[in-house]
Amino acid sequence: MTMIFGVPVAVFMGQLMLGLINGAFYALLSLGLAVIFGLLKIVNFAHGAMYMLGAFATLLGMQYLGIGYWAALLLAPLVVGALGMVIERLLLRRIGHLDHLYGLLLTFGLALIFEGSLVNVFGVSGARYPTPEALQGGLQLGFMFLPTYRAWVLVAALVVCLGTWYVIERTRLGAYLRAGTENPALMQAFGVNVPQLITLTYGFGVALAAFAGVLAAPLYPVSPTMGSNLLIVVFAVVVIGGMGSILGAVLTGLGMGLIEGLTKVYYPEAANTVIFLVMILVLMLRPAGLFGKEA
Amino acid sequence: MATTQTLTPAMERARRASQRRNLFYLALLAVGLVAPFLAYPVFLMKVLCFALFACAFNLLLGYAGLLSFGHAAFLATGGYVTGFLLSSYPALTPEMGILTGTAAAVALGAVFGVLAIRRQGIYFAMVTLALAQLMFFVFIQAPFTGGEDGLHGVPRGELFGLFDLDSNLAMYYFVFAVFLIGFAIIQRAVHSPYGQVLKAIRENEPRAVSLGYNVDAYKLLAFVLSAGLAGLAGSTKTVVFQLASLTDAHWHMSGEVILMTLLGGVGTLFGPLVGAGLVVSLQHMLAQSPLGNWVSPILGLIFVICVLSFRSGIVGEALKIVRKNFK
Repeated sequence: MTMIFGVPVAVFMGQLMLGLINGAFYALLSLGLAVIFGLLKIVNFAHGAMYMLGAFATLLGMQYLGIGYWAALLLAPLVVGALGMVIERLLLRRIGHLDHLYGLLLTFGLALIFEGSLVNVFGVSGARYPTPEALQGGLQLGFMFLPTYRAWVLVAALVVCLGTWYVIERTRLGAYLRAGTENPALMQAFGVNVPQLITLTYGFGVALAAFAGVLAAPLYPVSPTMGSNLLIVVFAVVVIGGMGSILGAVLTGLGMGLIEGLTKVYYPEAANTVIFLVMILVLMLRPAGLFGKEA
Repeated sequence: MATTQTLTPAMERARRASQRRNLFYLALLAVGLVAPFLAYPVFLMKVLCFALFACAFNLLLGYAGLLSFGHAAFLATGGYVTGFLLSSYPALTPEMGILTGTAAAVALGAVFGVLAIRRQGIYFAMVTLALAQLMFFVFIQAPFTGGEDGLHGVPRGELFGLFDLDSNLAMYYFVFAVFLIGFAIIQRAVHSPYGQVLKAIRENEPRAVSLGYNVDAYKLLAFVLSAGLAGLAGSTKTVVFQLASLTDAHWHMSGEVILMTLLGGVGTLFGPLVGAGLVVSLQHMLAQSPLGNWVSPILGLIFVICVLSFRSGIVGEALKIVRKNFK
C-alpha cells in the first residue's frame, strides 16, 4: 500500500477530505460573519445558534411535518433568516448607535437563550438525521472511498460561497452593500433605504449559517450545543483571515480545515487546538490577519 | 495665614465627600465582618470569590475599555495550579498554593496580553475567546487537571501553618481579607495617575498615543493585573470549595463574569460586587426551584435586557440618580 510519511494513502486522503468538509463549514460561517460585520459592524455571537437552529429546523421539519431534506435546504434558511430579520428589527437596531461591543454582548445573550432553551427541551445528546436517499453510497476513486454526501456538502458549500461572492462583487445589490459598508450616511442621502438593507443583510448572513446547519444535519449529531463550540473555532478563523475580504474568508476557512485534517493524521492530540495555534502565529507575524488591511 | 487655613467651598465639598466615602467604606467593612453570622458563610465566600473575579474583569473593561471574552482561562489556571499543588504537596500551606496559582495566572496573562493587544475592539474579544478555548482543551488533556473529572478533595490546610481553615468561619475571614486586598489594589490602580492614563486610552486611544504614552505597555499592564487578580479569585475559590473543574475554564464562565460586571455597572468600583452577589444569588435560588435547568437562558435574557435598557448597570444607574438629586 502506498504511504505518505508513514500513513496509508487512503487514511491520509480520508482525513484530508474530512478536513476539507470542516473547512467548508468554517468558510460558510465566517462568510456570514463577514457579511454581517461589513454592514452592521457587529460580531454576531448568535451565529453558532443560528447554525444549530438550521440543523434543528431540518430535523424537526422531518419528524413533525414530513419535510424532506431538499425542501429543508430551502426552507430552513428562509425560516431562520426571517427570525434573524425580526431580531435585527426588534433588538439590534436599537443599539446600532452604540459601541459595537454591545452588539457582541446582545447576540451572546441571544445565543445563551436559544442554546439553553433547546438543551432543556432536547437534552445535550445529539439526534441523528438520515442521509438523503439520493446521496447515499459513495465513489471508489482508487486511492480513496468518497462518500457521495460529503462530496455534495463540499460542492454545495463552494457554490453558495462563490454565489455570495458574485452577488456582492458583481451585482447592483452587492454594489449597494459595499457602498453601505463604506459610508452608510452617504448611501442614505442618495435615497437608498439603508435600514432595510441592514435588515436584509443580517437575515442573509444568518440564513447562510442556517444553510450550513442543514448541510451538517446528516453529518454530525444534531444537538443544541453543536453551534457554540464550532463558532469559537470560526472566530479564530476570522481572526486569522480578517473580515475584509470574502474570498479571503472562504480560502482561510478551507485552509484551516485542511490543516486541522492533517493534524488529525500526524498528531491527533493537537487536532482541537491547531487552529488556535495558527491564530497565535498569525497574530505574531501579521497582526492584521492574512487578508486584512494593515491598520 | 489666611492662605493656608481658609477652605474654599470647593475644598470643603471635596473634604465632605471624602469623609462620606470613608464612612461608606467603614460601613461596608463592618457588614463584611458580621455577615458570616447572618448568612451561610460558604455562600458568602462564593459571592466574594466571584466578586473579586468580576472586579478584576471590570478593571480591564471598565477602565481600559478592553472587552476580554477569555477571563475564564485565568480563573481556571489559578484554580488548577493551586488545586494541584495543595493536593500533591501536603506540606504546602494554602497561602503558598494561592500565591503560586496567582503567579501562574499572571504569567498566562502576560502571554495572552501580548498577543491580544495586537488587535483592537471586536477582534480583541475574539482573540481572547479563542485563546481561552485553547486553554480549555489544554486543561482537558493536561495530566495534572484530572481531565473531565477535575480535581476533588483539595485540602484547605492551615493558613501560615497556624490557622485551621477547615472551619468555615476562619475560611470566610481569610477569603474576606483576600477580597479586600484585591479590591484595594484595584481601587489604588484606578485612582492613581496610571488609572487616569488608562481612562484616557479608553476614551481616545489615538490621542493618548499622540500625547506620548506607550499605550501598549499601559494596556498590557492592565491585562496582566486583571489576569492576576482573576487568578487570585480562582485560587481562593479552589481552596474554599476544595475542587477545580472544567466549568471554570468554559466560555460560559467568561460570559458570566461579563454579565456580573454589566449588571452591577461597568466602570464603577462596587458594580461588580453587586453584580456578582446578584448573579450568584440568582443561580442559588434557581437551582432550588423548578426552573433549575433554565439558568442559562435566564442569564441570557438578563444579558439582553441589560444591553437594551440598563447599560450603566445597577450601581451606575443609582449613581446617576444620586448625582442628579444631591448635588
